[in-house]
Amino acid sequence: MSRLTADNEALAREIIARYPRPKSALIPLLHLAQEQDGYVAEDAMEHLGELVGITPAEVMGTCTFYEMFVLHPVGKYKIDICTNLSCQLLGAEDLLHHAEEKLGVRPGGTTDDGLFTLEDVECIAACTEAPCLQVNYRYEYRLDNQDFDRLIDDLRSGKRPEIPSHGTLGHVRQHIAPDRLGGVETPEDAGTPAWFTSRQPAPEEVS
Amino acid sequence: MSTENHRTSNPGRRTNDYVPSAPGYVDNEGPKIVTSRFGHADSHTLERSLATGGYDGLKAALRRQPADIAAEVKEAVLLGRGGAGFPAGIKWSFLPPVWPRYLVVNGDESEPGTYKDRLLMERDPHQLIEGCIIACYALGLNQCFLYVRGEMAQAQENIAQALNDAYAAGYVGKHILGTDVNIDVVLHWGAGAYIVGEETALIESLEGNRGQPRLKPPFFPAAKGVYMKPTIVNNVETLANLPWIMVNGAAEFKKYGSEKSPGTRMLAISGHVKRPGVYEIEQGKVSFRDLFYGENFCQGIKDDNELKAYVPGGGSAPWFFEEQLDIKIEAADVGAAGSMLGSGALMVMDETTDIVKAALRLVRFFARESCGKCTPCREGTSWEEKVLQRIDDGLGRPEDIDLLIEIGQNITPGAYPVAAFGEGNLEAIPFPYRSQTTICPLGPSSVAPITSAIRRFRSEFEAKIVAAPAAVAGAISAQPSSAETNPAQRDAREEVGHR
Repeated sequence: MSRLTADNEALAREIIARYPRPKSALIPLLHLAQEQDGYVAEDAMEHLGELVGITPAEVMGTCTFYEMFVLHPVGKYKIDICTNLSCQLLGAEDLLHHAEEKLGVRPGGTTDDGLFTLEDVECIAACTEAPCLQVNYRYEYRLDNQDFDRLIDDLRSGKRPEIPSHGTLGHVRQHIAPDRLGGVETPEDAGTPAWFTSRQPAPEEVS
Repeated sequence: MSTENHRTSNPGRRTNDYVPSAPGYVDNEGPKIVTSRFGHADSHTLERSLATGGYDGLKAALRRQPADIAAEVKEAVLLGRGGAGFPAGIKWSFLPPVWPRYLVVNGDESEPGTYKDRLLMERDPHQLIEGCIIACYALGLNQCFLYVRGEMAQAQENIAQALNDAYAAGYVGKHILGTDVNIDVVLHWGAGAYIVGEETALIESLEGNRGQPRLKPPFFPAAKGVYMKPTIVNNVETLANLPWIMVNGAAEFKKYGSEKSPGTRMLAISGHVKRPGVYEIEQGKVSFRDLFYGENFCQGIKDDNELKAYVPGGGSAPWFFEEQLDIKIEAADVGAAGSMLGSGALMVMDETTDIVKAALRLVRFFARESCGKCTPCREGTSWEEKVLQRIDDGLGRPEDIDLLIEIGQNITPGAYPVAAFGEGNLEAIPFPYRSQTTICPLGPSSVAPITSAIRRFRSEFEAKIVAAPAAVAGAISAQPSSAETNPAQRDAREEVGHR
């Protein structure tokens, strides 16, 4: 849909400046684009290519490798139900079937009101709290069918304001004040840090 | 330990200290090297960290020469906690005298069953940051990338906040603690790819590329890593041990755990146990039996059922059974018994478990996560999944069991001779793999659940196949396979006429 806004472009430049090579910032920037629009738009990919100095095709090549990036709008809330072994052993498949019935969609589908997209995902690292799911990457633990219904009802009625819309990851970003930054150099220019050279043992100390 | 001992009776989900973002940790009253602050609800803040000895290890390190610290870490025999279990000090010594060099922290924890690194990142980010700075100082480098799995939004948030606080307070960045040392730590977000946990794939991803592994040799990270410069990739838990080692010394560290595996390990035990949780245990002191049945640990199998099988070290590890219960939990002993401690993830299956479904689910994981670079893995894992799916659907063919083993043969030749899979042949599975036809271990990993399950429970596979009505035995499963859902495979493959 759109290129990055002026604010987001400034943020993008701040992120790029932390890396020895601009292209390294690409995945964080794709997250920024997804946060802005809820998905990674084609115009945004073109814009990112300009910012880090690669072609739009290269941006898309990276983007399509990673599961979290979506190239089309999805629901406001992405419900990711883990069905890997630990969760499967404790009923994740039943939970997924219940979710399909409750929402009326199969994994990958979005409800007609545009609120929910259901996904069946791999291990999300909460195995002792099985079965578990993430709503826009926020955890819900040890759910039974009633818990799931309650969660959906709460999300519908706006009772979970702490969960952001799809695309936003952390509410907090890394910011480095310019006077606190150690200094970033390109791999070609960077050498041995001066502090390391001065702290080397004198030759006679090396056995 | 110089820090205050935070031995609250029951931290985690059973007290008022409940931390909604990260329950799961269970205090087993044992020694705590990396989880000492977990009992506090505010364990992720700079205030709590400083009040409990945070950054003391960094102060101790900065008073010494870098080479001295590297030697101390080598002396401590700090085995890597990510999966391979390689000693960190020796890994560091592989760096050639070439600059620039980089440190990459592997926080892309996605092995099925594993979640120790997430807790370390969410609940004690300052301990990790301190470990990063100590490692950077020891290695003489000034740029560290902290690669955090994309799905772990809370961990990213807590690390971002911790880094902002640590930069402002002078523990990271320019003139650290008033010295001339400058080290930057950059929080990098992943975006959902298991394969990026493999170190060369992690480096590709950090360069902004598709996360596909590089061939070793020549691309050993210590020689040619990020930007083709020398790079050390260390796991989160490995680095989280460094502050404690700096404060207390290698000799003290070696008083915990066993001679071969000093210190502690964080283990996540999930599945059919009464008290699943993430436990910090002394290595080599606790057996699987203690862990599953002990009062301080999991307190028995769920509903007092019989134990059927368990995975000792993440989805990639060959399974263990009752006979291995008395093995002490440390990398060398578990390795000698034919599996691996891997990422410290134990998944317990009781007698009610459908073994075919369990094997199918793990194989499906590898099929979905295959990056698509090597043919034997790209085609093999999804083929394995299709065959297992049709067996589970009641559409299996009599030759399918041998077919599964044969596909595995094409990924790890020689390790799994078909003849060895006769009924009742319960020898240890040869592990680690002797050869593989793929660049990285993902493809071979898919073979572990299949061979484990077939060796032990062949009759359960046969029962499902015998039950298949002959009329439909040739029909194709209607289930969508990962070939349709894995974007990497969708991109890379043309439809191949699978048997």
